[in-house]
Amino acid sequence: MEQKKKELLVLEDILGSNKKIAGQIRKKLEEHGILAVNLLSAPGSGKTSLLEKIGLKLKDNYRLGVIEGDIETERDAERIRKIGLPAWQITTHGACHLEAKMLAQIFDQIPADLDFLFIENVGNLVCPASFDLGEGLRFVLLSVPEGDDKPKKYPEAFLTSQVLVLTKCDLLPYLPFDTDRVIKEALEINPHLKVFKTSATTGEGLDELCAFLEAELKERRSQHA
Amino acid sequence: MHELSLVADLFTIIEQQANQAGAKKVTKVVVSVGELSGVVPELFRSAFQSYKKGTIADKARLQLKMVKIKFKCRSCGHEITARNIMDESFSYLCPACGSKEMELIAGRDLYLEKLEIET
Repeated sequence: MEQKKKELLVLEDILGSNKKIAGQIRKKLEEHGILAVNLLSAPGSGKTSLLEKIGLKLKDNYRLGVIEGDIETERDAERIRKIGLPAWQITTHGACHLEAKMLAQIFDQIPADLDFLFIENVGNLVCPASFDLGEGLRFVLLSVPEGDDKPKKYPEAFLTSQVLVLTKCDLLPYLPFDTDRVIKEALEINPHLKVFKTSATTGEGLDELCAFLEAELKERRSQHA
Repeated sequence: MHELSLVADLFTIIEQQANQAGAKKVTKVVVSVGELSGVVPELFRSAFQSYKKGTIADKARLQLKMVKIKFKCRSCGHEITARNIMDESFSYLCPACGSKEMELIAGRDLYLEKLEIET
């Protein structure tokens, strides 16, 4: 038989399967009135510490849950359970980010009556930015010791987030970190970013961040009511 | 860092499309890569080379088409192409009217554009 060559126009999104599952998760979360927050940052920026502190502030008035993404170990989930919150650990065994299908696998365990679901992504300022998890809000954290040149070096994380949380701000007096420069450059990438200056050690900025989350929950629920 | 898992998803689509078209072989794979997709072309290429062995695309050539990052202003319609996103002077404000309402219209996606097959 004669071999025939032909060209096949495909135009299919390689990230399409992730986007589809993320869309299903987003729909379910909205139906249940749960505000999911995806936290992105480099390792050691203080995602778990921030969650411990805002968890303690919010837990008396809201039902909270935390999904912990790590390459290995249950350590972060255990820290969250210690403050009395339910936590589900996803270990990616080498994968550098969470994907929507990983969330889908444990989604049945998440109570439908939660108010906030925090998703702590794998510590990595690059890859998690490319994967929608169906979250309602994306936070990017940047800690003062990491340096003030990061937004333009890792633009996708800042471009796809709605909130920038500067962490470890109690260290500002000891480090050459130009807060104005960071905020200026972050806003050049994404003019809609809301910026919070925080410290899990001194508690700076945490009440403001919690008030923002409460207002967002209220607004989203009134929109979907 | 996750090019291999993207290539695995790419091959799921390749095999599905090739089967549907009754292909015996896939000889060329054309993928469009947004500059902001997070994909490193060299890593994607080497992941493709190792993944293709034993598949219907065993002998296929991979062509990567890089797609520039493009913004369009929602206020005035002005379009800009970001030459280099790490450029120190780059700002996402509209250079024509100064608006903050710049919408990213190209450069984030990763698409399988076309296949060349033998039937």
